[in-house]
Amino acid sequence: MAEEVVLLDFWPSLFGMRSRIALAEKGIKYEYKEEDLRNKSALLLQMNPVHKKIPVLIHNGKPVCESLIQVQYIDEVWHDKAPLLPSDPYQKATVRADYIDKKIYDLGSRVWKTKGEEQATAKKEFIESLKLIEKELGDKPYFGGESFGYVDVAFIPFYSWFYAYEKCGNFSIEAECPKLIAWAKRCMQKESVAKSLPDQQKVYDFILQMKKHFGIE
Amino acid sequence: MAVVKLFGAWLSPYCYRVIWALKLKGIAYEYIEEDLSNKSPLLLQYNPIHKKIPVLLHDDKPICESTVILRYIDEIWPQNPLLPADPHERAVALFWIKFADDKSPLISKLFRTDGEEQQAVAKECFEMLEVLEEHALIGGKKFFGGDEINMVDIAFCSVAHWLGVIEDFAGLKIFEPHKFPRLNSWIQNFKSVPVIKDNLPDTDKMLALLKRRREMLLASKSS
Repeated sequence: MAEEVVLLDFWPSLFGMRSRIALAEKGIKYEYKEEDLRNKSALLLQMNPVHKKIPVLIHNGKPVCESLIQVQYIDEVWHDKAPLLPSDPYQKATVRADYIDKKIYDLGSRVWKTKGEEQATAKKEFIESLKLIEKELGDKPYFGGESFGYVDVAFIPFYSWFYAYEKCGNFSIEAECPKLIAWAKRCMQKESVAKSLPDQQKVYDFILQMKKHFGIE
Repeated sequence: MAVVKLFGAWLSPYCYRVIWALKLKGIAYEYIEEDLSNKSPLLLQYNPIHKKIPVLLHDDKPICESTVILRYIDEIWPQNPLLPADPHERAVALFWIKFADDKSPLISKLFRTDGEEQQAVAKECFEMLEVLEEHALIGGKKFFGGDEINMVDIAFCSVAHWLGVIEDFAGLKIFEPHKFPRLNSWIQNFKSVPVIKDNLPDTDKMLALLKRRREMLLASKSS
């Protein structure tokens, strides 16, 4: 039976990028469907009735929601190529990506959504969190060790937003976390990553539009 | 012979999640009760970032976060599996477990807030129950796991037991059986499972502790 894989997504979505990368790593052919989030398709509402959010991975008609669950699913189903999660249960247990979702995503949002003192605080906390993650990386080429893995997939999408964060907050991430930028550039050399991430300028233009829309100057 | 230790706190639903999983799989373990107002050096050593319970120690290797512990336990001890074998069914189970993890803190927030803020939290709790009623228990299933409980049932323990106690304590009425018939059946079924029934914190003890904690909270807020 032919495999049918569809990804409901939105091009600047950090979460959608994770699934794009995982699918590319495994060499899976899929149909990419761009959603207009102000006018969500009937398919999206049907496939993710609880949250009505992208990305949604649809495999042979069955939906998988939540980006990290999608990455795990993809890794499990197409396990014969480019493994993303360690096979050792203890290592798997210590491979954690939810800190990235809970901390980095929220802090990054506050950097571009706020101004003045609120932004200054957000910037400080954002940089502190990036430094913690940089420490986790240490001297390894990837978070996964010698090879690109689950945490790399979870975090590299943020690189496409770095330019936007930097311009909005008027700071340089490379100056604060040079090892992290070196890691990001290393990941960008992989075709699966380069093809899945949008252009940084395009993301910045999108953020500027969002700021106008929300009335943030 | 591998040694399993669990650092927990008797009031925490997250701690019970792990206890039930260990008991369902018949795993012997040593339980260490932590005084959360005076955390042991061992706990701080094993969970330096969050300093929270539960922490499972397997052969001196620490694992933190109840959901991570549950998944680890399920992999190391495959008897009585707590997650479906089929990848898609497993992805659906993980979705609901994440939902439980994201929403459960609302229940404890109910007792830490009052006035307008508490009303807002109560509304969010109600909406969470509505989602469960409408989307999670379809097909007349006895449990989220089907005929037997699985990790999803365990993950929603706060809804099954802690919500009721906190509602009683705070004088709220968010969960009403006639409004949530499926959820109501599930709660009755879940709490009848022997492993669960025999391992639940005593309601009176919980109420007494909640009362003391709330007094301390209010005292620190006004000072």
